Amino acid sequence: MISFDGVTVRYPRAAADAVASVSFAAERGMLTAVVGPNGSGKSTLVRSLLGRLPVQAGAILVDGQVAGGMHRRDLARKVAVVTQREELAFPVSVRDYVSLGRYAHRGLFSTEGVGDNAAVGGAMQSAGVDALALRSVDELSGGEWQRVRLARALAQETGAIVLDEPTTFLDIGHEMAVFELLHKLARGGLAILLVSHQLNLVARFADHIILLHRGKVAASGPPDQVMRAEILERVYEWPLVVARDPAVGAPALIPLRAARPIKGDGGV
Amino acid sequence: MKAARWWGLAALLVIAVVASVAVGTIAFSPSQIVRAVRGLGDPTTVFVVRFLRGPRALLAVLVGAGLGISGGALQGTLRNPLAEPYLLGVSGGAAVGAVLATLAGLPPGALPLAAFAGAILAVVVTFFVAHVSGARGDSRTLLMAGVVVGAFANAAIMLALANATPDTIRNAVWWMMGSVADASWSSVLVLLIYTALAGGFLVLLGRDIDALALGEDAAAGLGLNVDRSLRRIFLVASLVAAATVASAGLIGFVGLIVPHMARALGLTRARSQLLACALLGGILVVLADLAGRVAMPATEIPLGAITALVGVPFFLIKLRRLR
Repeated sequence: MISFDGVTVRYPRAAADAVASVSFAAERGMLTAVVGPNGSGKSTLVRSLLGRLPVQAGAILVDGQVAGGMHRRDLARKVAVVTQREELAFPVSVRDYVSLGRYAHRGLFSTEGVGDNAAVGGAMQSAGVDALALRSVDELSGGEWQRVRLARALAQETGAIVLDEPTTFLDIGHEMAVFELLHKLARGGLAILLVSHQLNLVARFADHIILLHRGKVAASGPPDQVMRAEILERVYEWPLVVARDPAVGAPALIPLRAARPIKGDGGV
Repeated sequence: MKAARWWGLAALLVIAVVASVAVGTIAFSPSQIVRAVRGLGDPTTVFVVRFLRGPRALLAVLVGAGLGISGGALQGTLRNPLAEPYLLGVSGGAAVGAVLATLAGLPPGALPLAAFAGAILAVVVTFFVAHVSGARGDSRTLLMAGVVVGAFANAAIMLALANATPDTIRNAVWWMMGSVADASWSSVLVLLIYTALAGGFLVLLGRDIDALALGEDAAAGLGLNVDRSLRRIFLVASLVAAATVASAGLIGFVGLIVPHMARALGLTRARSQLLACALLGGILVVLADLAGRVAMPATEIPLGAITALVGVPFFLIKLRRLR
């Protein structure tokens, strides 16, 4: 559905490439996750998919078409993006906010039609925010806001949704709820491409993980292949061990304290 | 917003216009006004209504509508509650044009054209500066370029006026304070064309303004051609502002506070918000002009001073609510 094919991006006037020769694909029915330390190029990939950064080499393909060569509206009918930061200067109602997802489906003179209404209603239901319809977006909690943003992306009725750190600032319960929802959407046939810092959650939910390190792919594959101590220690430059999640057996990463534990500090 | 409220706003505008025509050194009753519009009754009344107060009131409506729509579009697009129509160099450029025309001894009739040319030139320079600075769909760079061009225009005005005669200075300053006193049917017609076309275009672009409210990256994700939309909205909003400046000089605060009033009415979507901005702006400027004439009949308080006097308390109330 979305494939990055040797993509190299360099910011204007920057000395080095932000990402270099990155290749991977996010397929329908799969939850694909991009992880990596701060500044490894994760958000750069999202911004270049949006056409906000020029691709120097390689290509980003959406359903086989080069994304940069597509009409923006056509691209937005295939891929919805939930960006990392988004703050409205002037609050609107949740319903109005979600219906912005219909932008690419509506003409200059057309008003909201039956199809638009159905799409917005369905999206709010899938994301579990239909009860919030009349609330103002500035009155929402962090968890509600992230789900409302996801509803907006769903209203776009695309085959793929790209999310950049959708669980920042969320507590465990809300974070799990978002991941469960994304997993369900992927199993429902969508291509979900997720950028995240939550290695342990990604290890439990993702079908395929791409680990970025200084703009290059350090490892790529199913969680068991990528979540290895020797790889992660090198990329994150921190000592860690990889254990097993007791419930589903997924790899679980535990970063170690820098100093050695003090002797005799174990018992009560 | 409910239909009743729209009718209420429209009724308020009509009442304000009628009041503005009725009140003055000679007061007219509404029935006298209606007769005079049809050319009946006392010739003096007919003349005052048809050629003095009538066009004056309508010009005030159009100036307010243009500034309101322009301000609303810019605040929404820049996601900044302090954005206003003169932001991108319009006021500075217009003032430079007007001052230079006055200094060159051009007839007063040439002033609007000179101001318009100055405003458009300043907007073009603002875009050029932003472009050279490498702004790729980044509105903050454009904002800063507007500030720089405005500062340069201020310096140019000070230089130009440093050695000017007191008369020239007085004329230039008076023009900068804004007034609809010189309204004529031709100025009403010209501004009507600009406001209707450019204002209508901005209302159509309301969907883009709504999308841009999410930020430029998110708007791109919705399917918007961000760079093109920003360029269009900024240029057209500045064009409306320049047209109002050419016909009535600089009138501050209208384009700044009217969008806040529209939002206070509960309008959050750009299209309906901009339409309300047009109505509210019209009402505000007509009433401000009326107040300026009534408060000091002999001299008239400058329009820009009244709108600022109304604007400051409005903002203080808003500030209190924000806390």
